[in-house]
Amino acid sequence: MRATIVLYVLLGLLALSLPWLGVYPVFLMKLLCFAMFACAYNLLLGFGRMLSFGHAAFFGFAAYVTSWLITAHGAGPATAALCGMAVAALLGVVIGGLAIRRRGIYFAMITLALGQLVYFVCLEAPFTGGENGLQGVPRGTLFGLLPLRSDRVMYYLVLAAFVAVFMFIRRVVHSPFGHVLRAIRENETRAISLGYDINRYKLLAFVLSAALSGLAGSLNSLVLGFATLSDVQQSASGEVILMTLLGGTGTFFGPVVGAAIVITLQEYLSDVVGGWVTAIIGVIFVACVLSFRRGIVGEIEALRLRRTRPGAAGPAAHA
Amino acid sequence: MSTILGIPVPVILGQLTLGLVNGSFYALLSLGLAVIFGLMGVVNFAHGAFYTLGAFAALLGLQHLGINYWVALLLAPLAVGLLGVLVERLLLRHLYGLDPLYGLLLTFGLALIVEGSLHQVFGASGQSYPVPESLSGALNLHFMFLPLYRAWVILASVVVCFSTWFVIERTRLGATLRAATENAPLLQAFGVNVPLLVAATYGGGVALAALAGVLASPVVLVNSHMGTELVIVVFAVVVIGGMGSILGAIVSGLVLGVVEGFTKVIYPEASNIVVFVIMALVLILRPAGLFGRE
Amino acid sequence: MNELSRWTLALGAATFVAASSHAAHAADSVVIGDIDDMSGVYADVEGAGGVEAINMAIADFGGTVLGRKITVLSADHQNKPDIGASKFREWADQQGVNLVLGGSNTGVSIAMAKVAAVKKVPFIVIGAGGASLTNEDCTAYSVHYVYDTTALANGTATAMVNAGNKTWFYLTADYAFGTQLQDAAAKVVEAHGGRNLGAVRVPLGAADFSSFLLQAQASGAQVLGLANAGTDFSNSLKAANEFGITRTMKPAALLAFLTDIHSLGLKTAQGLYLTTAWYWDLDEQTRAFAGRFFARIKRQPTMDQAGAYSATLTYLKAVKAAATTDADRVMAQLKKEKINDMFTQGGYIRADGAMIHQMYVMQVKTPQESKYPWDYYKVVRKMSGEEAFGPLTGRCPLAPK
Repeated sequence: MRATIVLYVLLGLLALSLPWLGVYPVFLMKLLCFAMFACAYNLLLGFGRMLSFGHAAFFGFAAYVTSWLITAHGAGPATAALCGMAVAALLGVVIGGLAIRRRGIYFAMITLALGQLVYFVCLEAPFTGGENGLQGVPRGTLFGLLPLRSDRVMYYLVLAAFVAVFMFIRRVVHSPFGHVLRAIRENETRAISLGYDINRYKLLAFVLSAALSGLAGSLNSLVLGFATLSDVQQSASGEVILMTLLGGTGTFFGPVVGAAIVITLQEYLSDVVGGWVTAIIGVIFVACVLSFRRGIVGEIEALRLRRTRPGAAGPAAHA
Repeated sequence: MSTILGIPVPVILGQLTLGLVNGSFYALLSLGLAVIFGLMGVVNFAHGAFYTLGAFAALLGLQHLGINYWVALLLAPLAVGLLGVLVERLLLRHLYGLDPLYGLLLTFGLALIVEGSLHQVFGASGQSYPVPESLSGALNLHFMFLPLYRAWVILASVVVCFSTWFVIERTRLGATLRAATENAPLLQAFGVNVPLLVAATYGGGVALAALAGVLASPVVLVNSHMGTELVIVVFAVVVIGGMGSILGAIVSGLVLGVVEGFTKVIYPEASNIVVFVIMALVLILRPAGLFGRE
Repeated sequence: MNELSRWTLALGAATFVAASSHAAHAADSVVIGDIDDMSGVYADVEGAGGVEAINMAIADFGGTVLGRKITVLSADHQNKPDIGASKFREWADQQGVNLVLGGSNTGVSIAMAKVAAVKKVPFIVIGAGGASLTNEDCTAYSVHYVYDTTALANGTATAMVNAGNKTWFYLTADYAFGTQLQDAAAKVVEAHGGRNLGAVRVPLGAADFSSFLLQAQASGAQVLGLANAGTDFSNSLKAANEFGITRTMKPAALLAFLTDIHSLGLKTAQGLYLTTAWYWDLDEQTRAFAGRFFARIKRQPTMDQAGAYSATLTYLKAVKAAATTDADRVMAQLKKEKINDMFTQGGYIRADGAMIHQMYVMQVKTPQESKYPWDYYKVVRKMSGEEAFGPLTGRCPLAPK
């Protein structure tokens, strides 16, 4: 137990000091936003076993809402981000409500199509700026007190938000709601027979995941200063699936590790191998699905389980 | 000029005809998807990638081997079909006992590999493939000039779609295939080589996609992304038609192409999303799909 | 959570701290960056050839400036504003970039101009057309070098309306460039007594133009105004031929490059009016440059590639004259001097950032008129810079009327 605390403190110190160690803060912030996105996504995929293929809709649409509120209406960053999150939650109710009518593959395909619909709406709608997106979004001052222009200051804000979301997801998973969700994941029929309204639970999980993905998108647009079609495109949905899968679905640190790897690869690999990044990511994807289904963190936990309890199998999602 | 809803009739007819051309592609592609899903339970996300591969096969065949359009129409689907069989044998086979979501994820990864590689090697802007001599020129339909080639696309798609439907629903081979989905072990006990059948089915499904790709090459620019957005629309079409229903896929594809064309006339901004909106409606009112049986 | 995964996380974090805090530029070299479309619809217009042109300029200047080495970076923005803006920001933060060239996409260039203003890095827009770059979107650090939508419309639209083509319908690429080009052309058409019957917006890089062309034909206009560029332009023109649209409508090439005409072929493109800032076969100087370029790239240079050469040279001359790479002083110097090289004689950079120089209205030769490879244009009219780019509109806060 003490070792746990020590480790958390060490990680915390590392995270706090990274900008001073010469790491590019904008890169770090982008990474944190995508890690948040992946964690939110994992809530749905890892703990609810619902494979959504259009989650970029929430990430990107919230980014647009936030950027628009700031550029067209002069909203402050906190208000804009929270509104972005709220809109994403609403969108989650609509899309989730439609998608939950079906299970498994059909659910995935419906989210795919509806995600694409959101993309086209963003392409055509007047307020989104179409192909140009919304540019030059200023970070403003937080609550009128703290100017966010400095990358380092912004980094600590994003880090704080990330930690808050991470802890929140942990709370949710360990709450009674989380337990029921996992029960539904393990055996839906039994959960029904126990009297749970599974659709309500699934929808709530979906909406939570959508809202937090939206928050990630809002923060991302504040960091980078723009919201573009790339945020709502199908490829972004695919990336978050890869991050979660690679890191380990159903674990807490898995999505973070996955996001770190994918973002770092994209950033630095593209300097080395240029456009082959997409194909390489595809290869990693296929390898994961074929033989690495538990993801990095999942494999590590399974290894540990096998060492302490020989003969036991499967990852345990506790942290 | 007579008008309907304030829009000149020739314009409507023109867009509907073009919509029929698009619908032919939707029908061919959703047919392949429906065959693979209906007979294997696999949602082939890589379908768009195989469509793109078919087009590139035709293009490269012409540029490097001098293979003309008509030969490409036969060879490209064959080549891509063989590739599909390889994919099934080497990769997909390992996932059959598991959650079908893994099959979806695997094919998604495959699509990334194919499209990423094509993008890197050939660039993002497309290359044009010439319309074959015998099909160049246009038909003067009075309300529009329809290039002869597009008329051929409609004809070819309809013929291929209905032949495939016929084979699967009305012949002995088709019956064997359908039996394989119902009860594979029993069929195997009867001496049928089921794994081979499954591999051939996947190969056949993606060959259909490749055929669509060859048909598409003179119409659109051959580029690495031609399959990506198209395949998402085709997924919506299959959901509307009813997964696993072959006739449903064909009819939905054609009809939705025409509906899209009509939308382009009366409300062009919505033409991209009309298929998805219809899908949402179908899901609310009749979740199994229009022709689905569940 | 178990220990092993936590340690892995810590290890991973440490590794990538090491990986990402890589050493940046050599502090004493002058860094020139080119962010352009290297693989998409505009790749042939500037793209890799543009990078080559930049290198030629550096070599012609002598390879060093103020005793410092000159480094060239290049990146592909893939026509995505977020990639362009992020790359610009990254180069400013991490590579100490002194000048960024490029663009080839108005939307991306607007995004990059905004970063240029924040990071105070001179940004010379080469391939993008949108006139808003020197109006609503102008910044103290951006220069619009080769052409803009105003000049294009003043050239091509005027020529065509005066030749009797009065009613226009537009096929417009649905982003900043297309809409600005359409607006500019529409203004010119009306100013010369013509009428605008409507427009249809097409996504950038659309694969199939047929349904949009049918709408154009239904309007009954005399002219099909093609407010697009690059492969969009070639494909829409080809499709217009295929669908017999060109039997009843005359195509107006509001922006066409040498490479487009080359890929279309003279049989399809003959008779088209277009406006260009530069043509390889104008005089001895242009031919000399083109010859050297052709030897390396195997194609004749477009106006964008020539522009990239000239812009680099102009920047280096300004740095030498100002004896510093400080952004503000260099920008002041750039707006002071006249530009005389193979690209332009007597060109100058105005307060709003526009580089005012002569433009040529050309007509594409017929196959019979063309005597040698790449002999595609004949000069119809030469416009002075002031005529082509028009007066200051006052919409740029830096340059009131």
